[in-house]
Amino acid sequence: MLPEPDPDADLLDVRDLRIEFRTRDGVSKAVNGVSFTVQPGQTRAILGESGCGKSVTAQAVMGILDSPPAHVTGGEVRYRGVDVLTLPDEERRRIRGNHIAMVFQDALSALNPVFTVGFQIGEQFRKHLGMSRTDARRRAVELMDQVRIPAARQRVNDFPHQFSGGMRQRVMIAMALALDPDVLIADEPTTALDVTVQAQIMSLLGELLRERQMGLVLITHDMGVVADVADHISVMYAGRIVEEAPVRDIYARPAHPYTKALLESIPRVDVKGQQLNVIKGLPPSPTRVPRGCAFHPRCRYARDVCRQDPPPLYGVDSRRTSACHFWEEVVSARSEGSEPRSREQDEGVGGE
Amino acid sequence: MSDVVLEVRDLTKHFPLTKGIVFKRQVGAVRAVDGVNLTLRRGETLGVVGESGCGKSTLAKLIIGLEKPTSGEILVQGQNLARMRGSALRRARRNIQLVMQDPYTSLNPRMTVGDIVGEPFQIHPEVAPRSDRRRRVGELLELVGLSPDHINRYPHQFSGGQRQRIGIARALALRPEIIVCDEPVSALDLSIQAQVINLLERLQEELGLSYIFIAHDLSVVRHISDRVAVMYLGKIIETGVDTEIYDHPTHPYAQALLSAVPVPDPTLRGLRDQIILEGDVPSPANPPSGCRFRTRCWKAREVCVEQEPALVEREGSAHPSACHFAEERDVVHATD
Repeated sequence: MLPEPDPDADLLDVRDLRIEFRTRDGVSKAVNGVSFTVQPGQTRAILGESGCGKSVTAQAVMGILDSPPAHVTGGEVRYRGVDVLTLPDEERRRIRGNHIAMVFQDALSALNPVFTVGFQIGEQFRKHLGMSRTDARRRAVELMDQVRIPAARQRVNDFPHQFSGGMRQRVMIAMALALDPDVLIADEPTTALDVTVQAQIMSLLGELLRERQMGLVLITHDMGVVADVADHISVMYAGRIVEEAPVRDIYARPAHPYTKALLESIPRVDVKGQQLNVIKGLPPSPTRVPRGCAFHPRCRYARDVCRQDPPPLYGVDSRRTSACHFWEEVVSARSEGSEPRSREQDEGVGGE
Repeated sequence: MSDVVLEVRDLTKHFPLTKGIVFKRQVGAVRAVDGVNLTLRRGETLGVVGESGCGKSTLAKLIIGLEKPTSGEILVQGQNLARMRGSALRRARRNIQLVMQDPYTSLNPRMTVGDIVGEPFQIHPEVAPRSDRRRRVGELLELVGLSPDHINRYPHQFSGGQRQRIGIARALALRPEIIVCDEPVSALDLSIQAQVINLLERLQEELGLSYIFIAHDLSVVRHISDRVAVMYLGKIIETGVDTEIYDHPTHPYAQALLSAVPVPDPTLRGLRDQIILEGDVPSPANPPSGCRFRTRCWKAREVCVEQEPALVEREGSAHPSACHFAEERDVVHATD
């Protein structure tokens, strides 16, 4: 019996999520206490580089972690107050699709090549709602219309390889929307696409979110896309959220050295900048996360305390947090650029 | 001009489409590159941007001689690379080297770093005597910011950024004047991209290199390039120095492309002029008549169907633009 969702609770509330991978080479703690919330109509971006744990977090929320080797070792994922991690499989399945749905990065490998797209979109209507094949196909055409696939009626019987990359991503979005979920998780939905197609897909997603008042969790590494669509950002590094803030605050005045360094290291299309600032070294391997603050070997603010004590989440103001012992210094620092730098700083050599 | 190191004239590459198994007959051609003109000067970076399928990687392969052009000329030091064969071609190629996109697949996993970086010397033994090669490889590794002690390691022992440095060292081994970079940073992580971009910039300054920098990331191209060429369906549709293209684009496709690039600044949200293109890129096997962009263009009229616009300076565009109705429109900055 499904516990009754509480309409007054947060739409999605992830608390202190912990995930580890148990492999032959040892235990790798991929996610170490990640928390965030999403409200209806809101976009929460989870920003990070490869290996920071952002996709694993998404998979855990969705309930599609490969287990083994991955194990959720702690925390809660609450949908309207119901902790979906403790639900039996049968009930979990009812949440998935009906309430929480996911759009994957690579539509070509996420879609099954031997079934038509109409069959794959309609599958949910047949499985979840027990519709007939004909009805399911009719609904599939409607959905393809909604995500603006031209000539949906003719294309419903086409196979995934007959679609372009952008159209395939629309098919994925149609599948995610099929059962009218109220949380959408999009894992790098436009990374594999060209920029004009990315603009098409992001504007489509934006419209659908507004119309349906869905909450969106956007997993990405693209700081440009985040600036365009997100309301709140959580920046992840080595399995932790290191900074969390409303979108405007984080770009104007980052409070964590990692966020600040990332913003200074990316070129912009609207200005011809000076030399790029560089973060020396590499993100740590999840099996060998440094002691203390995981970012300290690459951090220009690092001191002794950073090598010893992992920083807690400090409140920067009522709406934002930063996991840095010296966040006050970071927030008030001006951006770098004028002081002379060494070759090591410019190209990040020596730290790898 | 004497400081031109590379000139490409009217370059085309058509890949034949055939039908039949025993008797293959040609039923058409994919016009991957269709009449491209470029000049590259000493010490300069020419950025080539465009979306997948626009022919930019085929262009790179033609320039370094991995593909034979269907027609056209590639002039290096007054010699036409497209016509050369055998040992003359091999000598000429020394001068143009390639840095590839994916550092995970472009290095042979069974060769040591020393063998990879030193391999160009085996193909061109006249560049360095055998006894000197190990020292030269060590110097090259140092030049790209790797330790010469790593000479006996294998590619899998390095990170993505370091592997790209190995690829760059290999490209530098023969002291070329021209380096073609085909998406050199797009496979790298965010915090590593800037390291490799800065490395490429320093090498250019120190060694006087000329780069052809091919990429789909318009922000990276703006950062590194002196001049930019925008490609669509095998043709260059607009070219100019970076401010001409980025701040004063005049071709509708260039405008749409630039307006689609997100800027990492949330205060600009909704303030920029955004153009959302309809539909997909047409097939290069069957490009539209006249202007190739007309099927998706909001300005298209009768003349665009009938007449192909030339890439020239025209009224409304102070730099070459292949649009009958070229007109400046700022799409990257906030407008009011």
